[in-house]
Amino acid sequence: MGPNEELGRLLGEHRFFEGMNSGSCDRLSECATLEQFKTGQYIFREGSAADRFYLIRHGSVVLEIHVPGRDPIVVDTLQAGEVLGLSWLVSPYRWAYDARADQATEAISLEVTCLRSKYDNDPALASELFKRYIPVMADRLAATRRRIIDKAKESRLTREVK
Amino acid sequence: MASLADPSAPLSEYTSLSRQDTGDFFGAEPMLPVPYRIHKRRQELSDTFTLELTPADGSHSLPFGPGQFNMLYAFGAGEVPVSISGNPANPATLIHTIRAVGPVTEALWDLKSGDVLGVRGPFGTDWPVAEAEGSDVVIVAGGIGLAPLRPAIYHVLNQREKYGDVCIYYGARTPEDILYRAELEKWRGQFDLTVDVTVDRATGKWAGKVGVVTRLLARGGFDPLQTIALVCGPEIMMRYAIKSLNQHGVANDRIYVSMERNMKCAIGFCGHCQLGPYFICKDGPVFRFDRIEPLFEIRQL
Amino acid sequence: MDQREELERLLCEHPFFRSMSPELQREIADCARSERYNAGEYIHREGEPADRFYLIRHGSVAQELRIPEQESIIIQTLHEGDILGWSWLVPPYRWTADARVMQLTRLIALDARCLRGKYADDPQLAYELLKRFIPIIANRLEASRLQLIDVYGEPRHRK
Repeated sequence: MGPNEELGRLLGEHRFFEGMNSGSCDRLSECATLEQFKTGQYIFREGSAADRFYLIRHGSVVLEIHVPGRDPIVVDTLQAGEVLGLSWLVSPYRWAYDARADQATEAISLEVTCLRSKYDNDPALASELFKRYIPVMADRLAATRRRIIDKAKESRLTREVK
Repeated sequence: MASLADPSAPLSEYTSLSRQDTGDFFGAEPMLPVPYRIHKRRQELSDTFTLELTPADGSHSLPFGPGQFNMLYAFGAGEVPVSISGNPANPATLIHTIRAVGPVTEALWDLKSGDVLGVRGPFGTDWPVAEAEGSDVVIVAGGIGLAPLRPAIYHVLNQREKYGDVCIYYGARTPEDILYRAELEKWRGQFDLTVDVTVDRATGKWAGKVGVVTRLLARGGFDPLQTIALVCGPEIMMRYAIKSLNQHGVANDRIYVSMERNMKCAIGFCGHCQLGPYFICKDGPVFRFDRIEPLFEIRQL
Repeated sequence: MDQREELERLLCEHPFFRSMSPELQREIADCARSERYNAGEYIHREGEPADRFYLIRHGSVAQELRIPEQESIIIQTLHEGDILGWSWLVPPYRWTADARVMQLTRLIALDARCLRGKYADDPQLAYELLKRFIPIIANRLEASRLQLIDVYGEPRHRK
């Protein structure tokens, strides 16, 4: 698949790639596909190979952990402008959660093997891509910590340790 | 290992008694509970308690294998499967650790020393303590999951020389939720054992580890190619423990889990506990993980 | 062995740096120094400027969040081999939790400003650092989420 001007433009417009030069966006667009998901559709399932990640353009995606016999536990909800899919960065390179579209959702998917072929010999491009994940993970970690604090306040965690 | 398929097979390695022999105890009626009297009730955690029981008529408690369970019957409330938590080498007192989470366990919660409840069993499959001889043993337990594993721990410690490196890794929600804490501290003091405990969160007073139980595996202490892993806890915890064991090099055919699903008859008849082609009550609750792996992820539709 | 040699040796022993080339290890050693903290001391406090990160060699450190009118909560403890601190990579470059030493701890501190100076000119160094941090942060995030969701079940409190 050759560089796709339209996709390259869409990539450059997405918040995740803010500040990335258009040359790099064009190169990465070779790995990109525009995808549509219906409400309720699973984008990926826990345990399957994390072979692509997604930039959400419209809609909303729930990250959840399924528990037999109970409602799934919601880990996070991601909206337009956010990046979906961190597991491709870390062993064992399999999705840690289910991702389900809870509205009609449009996303650009980027295929990992293709991306690697672009950045493997180009540390500057690799850095450009990886460094964008850091503030995303920091935000999500901060959100998790806020929820932990809320829980601690609720459940009177401060009873004395025996 | 107990098996309905062959009623003359021994109930466990702890006894030559078979289901045929114990038919007398059941009155040839495995659906009939035997009355047991509580001779001690111990509060373990804010919602978890242990009952020590002996048969009300003064007869002997049945021997059991580590991993097996009984159906406990609270008069007026109903029945619930509970793993046996005692020492299989000393079955005279039947020990059950129970978490109060529903109407039957709440009814059991209200019982006091001297009260009587009904016991049917033992049922189900053992932890592979015999197969694990000669291997390293890694026990990964979470929350109440330490209770069904304790008999296996007792067995391994009683026959320590038959096993390689032994590691016990335990995770709980907070320090107040650590089950059998005094016993864990005692085991930790043994020189021929690795014991490590972590909690999901704690107040500043806690001096131990905070983090997911799978991080304890990074500490090592076992040879993944020569290890048998025994895993028990809530299903999500078992899923990520297995993932982590795989990442550390332990294959699925060397990992055993204890499954819990709704049981009714406990003898492979009613189908309530069916998991694919298996009945958890008689083909489990202990399963070798590779045998049930495709079923483990089944989502309710 | 002089101090600098000792530092380089400690760096290359630590899991984070072990797989890096000796040239890169030497670059990074320019920004490194050995530190020791006693039990009870704070390495840093929530909100303070985050201008370094640490490789823990021995000991244990509790990451704590303070809650008004309540005891602080420990959300994670870090031990030998772990990395403490990546807030130096993210604006506003401030620590997001307290780091309290639980047990005498020896670590290697790496100065962020010094490192930034080096990798501004060296994309290979930037890449080598980033590619090591990403899995660490991703695993922390996943662990944090698992610790939040109460896999062991909420206890029902009783008399």
